[in-house]
Amino acid sequence: MEKSLNWREFVITRAIKASGYSAVVFVLLIFFFLLREGLPALSEVDASSLLDIRWYPIEAYFGIMPLITGSLIITLGAALIAVPFGIGTAVYISEIAPRWMREILKPLVELLGGLPSVVLGFLGILVVSPYLRVLLDLPTGLTAFTGSLLLGGIAVPTVVSVAEDALDSVPRAYREGAWALGATKWQTIWRVTLPAAKSGVLTAVMLGVGRAIGETMTVMMVTGNAPVMATKLGSLFSPVRTMTATIAAEMGEVANGSTHYHVLFFIGMVLFLISLIVNIIASSVVFRSKKRAERILS
Amino acid sequence: MMTKFLSRNRHTVQRLGFSFITLMAVMTVLPIVGTIVYILVQGGSAISWDFITGFPHDGMRAGGILPAIIGTLYLTIGSAIFSVPLGIAAAIYLSEYAKDNQWTRLIRLAIINLAGIPSVVYGLFGLGLFVLFLQFGTSILAASLTLSIMTLPVIISTAEESLRAVPQAFRTVSISLGATRWQTIRRIVLKEALPGILTGVILGLERAAGETAPILFTGAAFFLPRLPQSPFDATMALPYHLFVISTQVPEMPIQIQYGTALVLLVFVLTMNLIATVIRSRARARRQW
Amino acid sequence: MVDKIVIENLSLQYSDGTESLRGISMGIPQNAVTVLFGPAGGGKSTLLRCLNRLNDLTEIKASSGRILIDDTNILDPKIDVIALRRKVGMVFARPVPLPLSIRENVIYGLELAGEKRKSKLDEAVERSLKLSAIWEEVKDRLDEPAIALSGGQQQRVCLARVIALQPEIILLDEPTSGLDPISTGKVEAALLELKKEYTIILVPHSVQQAARTADHAAFFLQGELIEYGEGKTMFTAPKQKKTEDYIMGRFG
Repeated sequence: MEKSLNWREFVITRAIKASGYSAVVFVLLIFFFLLREGLPALSEVDASSLLDIRWYPIEAYFGIMPLITGSLIITLGAALIAVPFGIGTAVYISEIAPRWMREILKPLVELLGGLPSVVLGFLGILVVSPYLRVLLDLPTGLTAFTGSLLLGGIAVPTVVSVAEDALDSVPRAYREGAWALGATKWQTIWRVTLPAAKSGVLTAVMLGVGRAIGETMTVMMVTGNAPVMATKLGSLFSPVRTMTATIAAEMGEVANGSTHYHVLFFIGMVLFLISLIVNIIASSVVFRSKKRAERILS
Repeated sequence: MMTKFLSRNRHTVQRLGFSFITLMAVMTVLPIVGTIVYILVQGGSAISWDFITGFPHDGMRAGGILPAIIGTLYLTIGSAIFSVPLGIAAAIYLSEYAKDNQWTRLIRLAIINLAGIPSVVYGLFGLGLFVLFLQFGTSILAASLTLSIMTLPVIISTAEESLRAVPQAFRTVSISLGATRWQTIRRIVLKEALPGILTGVILGLERAAGETAPILFTGAAFFLPRLPQSPFDATMALPYHLFVISTQVPEMPIQIQYGTALVLLVFVLTMNLIATVIRSRARARRQW
Repeated sequence: MVDKIVIENLSLQYSDGTESLRGISMGIPQNAVTVLFGPAGGGKSTLLRCLNRLNDLTEIKASSGRILIDDTNILDPKIDVIALRRKVGMVFARPVPLPLSIRENVIYGLELAGEKRKSKLDEAVERSLKLSAIWEEVKDRLDEPAIALSGGQQQRVCLARVIALQPEIILLDEPTSGLDPISTGKVEAALLELKKEYTIILVPHSVQQAARTADHAAFFLQGELIEYGEGKTMFTAPKQKKTEDYIMGRFG
């Protein structure tokens, strides 16, 4: 009896340990398959054409610059919306709101994070873009700005929940110390609490931006999908196309193994590397601040 | 005089500041409520028994959305079969076995990265590995596997958090009474962490149910006249169907679009509500 | 009197640099209460946790020496630690009822040991709850959660949970530190009853408790065993200056 128990324990422990490493295995597998299908693009299309400003795959123009600028302008717009509103809401929830309000707001913001992006895109087409077209007197409502607006909404929950965690973990004694010195609650928030939570808030911003770059369905549905260079401020109010939307829109139509197919995987690889960098920076900010806290405590 | 003036000034600043922040929070939250209410109102009239249980016809411009509902159920359950055991086991490893060393930090970094990978990149990966390399074809199996890897980080991190919340003293006591590590986990730790784990699982699956990009080229079908017969068949799915009828089909009746959005929203909101209820009940019940 | 446990030149250091033991040697007799006392951080709890290898859960920097129980070195990595922990039970400072009913708490260890017969389990529940002087208070509510009991009751259920395994040695680490005087009295009375059958090692929560309960007493200071002897003489005429200072309340 003891013997069979030990044997079972051994097998289960091994299985659990192997599962523990599954996340590492999957990240490597994903990277491997993106390389495998994406790297041939570099031999089929030379690097200078890849960095060209014309994306027109039917005639073998594979310049990904318009897609990169498209992603950048939309992400920038989304960040300009999501960062102030996200941090503001986090400050409200953690510092100002009465308890009952907090209990309502937190699940509500979480809910926004769970809304399918296709539903937001759907409303974007039917409600937001016609409204913006009339309001801003544009030829079409399907613009980078519309995308930024909705994307901002998608990134907000990430910013709120991470920033709120960071504010929440600032020791109460810091605030009480500031109050005791005669600071108002408002001054305490700006001069004590937010600076103390700085690294966490920074992480929140990074993760929010990462979420925005990677979003696919909403931007595909509301940005008009025109692969033109977005270089001027005016580009914000004309149609653009992002890297994610290009993959989603075109992968279904291409022949497996064609140049177009490989280039789409190459774009996927670029997206993967961007998200890798964003997340490594975001998490190293967290690690570093944690270490500092440990030093102070020990 | 001077100090009095200053202090009044400070409090005016505070009042203005608080109002401003509150306004921002309201402007963040109001659209969420607005979106949900708007779709409930607009879609409500499209909902009927035939809409839920019927097949689409006339180029999807009439009839119901049963195959999309069933398809989303299949995909959600399918991804749960893979991600739930794997995710919980990984969480157990991190919370109960792993030491704080370089390898564990590597695992954590991988989980964070997995959570950040764009959903369309998961779609590419699923296409490369499951559809083409393993030759599962565009199928429920390939799409479920793709979705399950995407939900894994959500499940691992919430499950680990709730395992860690179980007091260390329970483990020490159980071990001191002659339990092995696994017996302790199975009889005490998992049992106590269950509500939290369940919350994480549902939130992960909620994400899987609502995603479109990962299934675009791994298992989603534009239109199928019958329900899928095996895991190797492609399937219709609610989010993809909503995408199709709102962008790809001309002269689509608006009622059907709103109705489909409503059904998807209710699907996702119900899961979210269940998760919230489980969590708050567990918090109220917990005595440690 | 036979020595149930023989500790030979035991040294231990935790990885985080906290409390450690230095060259401890002592014999612990059967069917008696041996009290380990001294100021906090002296190594008493560490020694207890060595006796049932609970230290395996903590990171240890270095350890040396031997602990013989019935002539077997229990620090040998090859011994069956599960069997050891069934033989050497432990009660902790804070009562920690497992999140189960009272009955399930008491039979937890027995079930894990493979006992499935209901009659045996019921018998064990009654016997061990009686020995811990709690049977009368809980016999009608065995299926209620143990957490609903008062602190003193919880601690006696925890004691019963250890007794149910019929161990040979019971370790108690300040078992009454959080209890009121009445509950403390009940636990101490139970110990007097229990020593007829078991070898008991107690870390008391006060010198007074040490004096009340000790058959033998060992005074620990900063990881070293300063003095060890009969309980009666230790608390009336200690041989070492440091022991006397501590008992008189001059430090600690």
